[in-house]
Amino acid sequence: METSFYNAPTRYPGLFGWIFTTDHKRIGLLYLISTLSFFAVGVTLGLTMRLELIRSGMHFYGAQTYNSLFTLHGVIMIFLFIIPGIPASLGNFIMPLQIGARDVAFPKINILSWWLFMSGAACAVASLFTGGGAPDTGWTFYVPYSVRTGTNISLAVFGVFLIGMSSTLTGMNFLTTIHRLRAPGMTWRRMTLFTWSIYATSWIQLLATPVIAITLLLLILERFFGVGFFDPAKGGDPILFEHMFWIYSHPAVYIMILPAMGAVTDIIPVFSRKNIFGYTAIAASSLAIAFVGYLVWGHHMFTSGMSDTSRIIFSFLTFLVAVPSGVKIFSWIASMYKGSIRVDTPLLFTLGFIFLFSIGGLTGLIQGALSTNLHVHGTYFIVGHFHYVIFGGAVMGFFAGLHYWFPKMFGRMYEEHLAKLGWVFLFIGFNMLYFSMFVLGWEGMPRRYYDYLPKFNTPNLVSTIGSWILAMGLIIMFYNLIHSLSAGEKSGDNPWGAASLEWQTASPPPVENFETIPVVTKGPYTYS
Amino acid sequence: MTETAHTEQRDYIGAKLGMWFFLFTEVLLFGGMFLVYSVYREVYTADFHEAGMEMNVVIGAVNTVILLTSSLTMALSISAIKKGAHKISVLLQAATVLLGIAFLVNKYFEWSDHIRHGFYPDSPQLLAMSHGKILFFGLYYVMTGIHALHVLIGVSIITFILVLTLRGTVTSNDYIKLENAGLFWHLVDVIWIYLFPLFYLIL
Repeated sequence: METSFYNAPTRYPGLFGWIFTTDHKRIGLLYLISTLSFFAVGVTLGLTMRLELIRSGMHFYGAQTYNSLFTLHGVIMIFLFIIPGIPASLGNFIMPLQIGARDVAFPKINILSWWLFMSGAACAVASLFTGGGAPDTGWTFYVPYSVRTGTNISLAVFGVFLIGMSSTLTGMNFLTTIHRLRAPGMTWRRMTLFTWSIYATSWIQLLATPVIAITLLLLILERFFGVGFFDPAKGGDPILFEHMFWIYSHPAVYIMILPAMGAVTDIIPVFSRKNIFGYTAIAASSLAIAFVGYLVWGHHMFTSGMSDTSRIIFSFLTFLVAVPSGVKIFSWIASMYKGSIRVDTPLLFTLGFIFLFSIGGLTGLIQGALSTNLHVHGTYFIVGHFHYVIFGGAVMGFFAGLHYWFPKMFGRMYEEHLAKLGWVFLFIGFNMLYFSMFVLGWEGMPRRYYDYLPKFNTPNLVSTIGSWILAMGLIIMFYNLIHSLSAGEKSGDNPWGAASLEWQTASPPPVENFETIPVVTKGPYTYS
Repeated sequence: MTETAHTEQRDYIGAKLGMWFFLFTEVLLFGGMFLVYSVYREVYTADFHEAGMEMNVVIGAVNTVILLTSSLTMALSISAIKKGAHKISVLLQAATVLLGIAFLVNKYFEWSDHIRHGFYPDSPQLLAMSHGKILFFGLYYVMTGIHALHVLIGVSIITFILVLTLRGTVTSNDYIKLENAGLFWHLVDVIWIYLFPLFYLIL
């Protein structure tokens, strides 16, 4: 019996064997632990925000604190959790196994990426306690306020810059890995669709991130030297900042969702005992989403004063980018049709994902239409939309992947009934928390406000109670997973009877992944 | 099997592919700045033209010749190592480093001159000028500054590779590190080829 990678001799002992590792599996776990820790912080911030909003006129703290809370909630959830999220953790651990490689193309750059990530996170955390205190601009850092505010913008933004470098290097690493290190016989069309999604995501990470890097750098230079690019008093244009910011930040949302869609696409065939429907369409749609996603950023700025012509074009392209996502949804449903379905936890999260992401996506179309956008921009409708797609979509997909690949990473099974109980709390709490926001936004409640008119009381109360139920679900789910690390039943190498390559080696895998590199002769979803 | 055994895979094409991917990101990083330049040049064409007259074309041209020559010495150093001429390769790498430093020294004098004359971000003299001129100088300092940072990084990397060549880590059988350093250096040169006309030749 091969020893697992946990027991392999490392260059340095103990904890340093993890911090200085070059093994993609350990690096994946380092990212998993760090990103989930930041998620916990972000959740706490969110709960604290919801507490303030439980009732009109009720104040536990003031406006300045609230502004910092929603800024940090956004920065942590977006830059420290969900953007690195699936690619850095599950992508790192699973992708090389799925293509039959021994590691990624550049293992040392891989651990450098994690060090950059942690350094950036340290800067972001340090910004809370130094200088003028926690940033209060919102995670979007719009000028002129981000230039004028006395809070510690430069340090926080520099932290994001470092995290961006981490993301860019990971993208470069994964692209080279997929191009160069596939096992013999592993043609592009025999790769799993999770790997395809990591491939498409890596292109976005590679090319979009430098744009936010330069944008944030210019913001820092503006604060220190008053250069003037975004300052009308010196001839600059604040809307230019918005354009540059969203040219990255829109493609960034596809970094969040594509790997989740990939995980879900791998899960469905296993729990339907049936080949995936529309393999080529799904792979092509990932690339299409990555590409068209670069062209729609203006839909975040419809009210900023752009010309009608520009807005019509952005709106059209926004509707266009929804089409490949629709292709995936129809393919997933067709994949399950007439399959032998087992609603185990990974599939339960997958079904929840499809439902919640669809709601999020459809509300995105309401926002993408110019006329209705005017009504909902800057309201809670938007907040509801992006939580449905990012949390209900990407994060639920992450949880699906986490449960699916749990035995692969840890050699143990979680407790099934507890996992499903956690899901029920999550699903109910999630919809109470966020569906209310569509109602509130449509009725006119603005976002990023620490108080509101009494007429908005009831949906806000429902939303806050929903946040507590959701938190309960998270506690149950993570208790189950963490407890099962030591107390879970041993899973065996392939508890799901899955056909893709990562399941054809031990769980957890040995340090070199495969005793001998396999020769691949069939696709990843062949079930008779 | 130890953990590091698998990191010893040697993939020449893969290493080059990774470097080209990285260069693509640098193009986009500078691309963002060129975007800002083109937006403001469109809005303040006359001002940019006038402000361009403050630039010292001679220093700019000298720096251009310096960088082009350094790209030549870098390329030659790679040809040399391929033929096994280690000593010549080291000399050519050293020449590249010296030329890079010369570029930075020139830049130091150029910037000092401008700053002495009161042309720097937020200076009272600059703020009294028209908007287009304020932005032109802002772009000048930011773009040539970030470029100069990359020249410095390139000089450091090539120095490091030079040491590796002396030590025998970079050889005629394994020179990918030198080649990738060369690719980075050529990118730094190419960016300057765009910066030079946009700031110095537009009058």
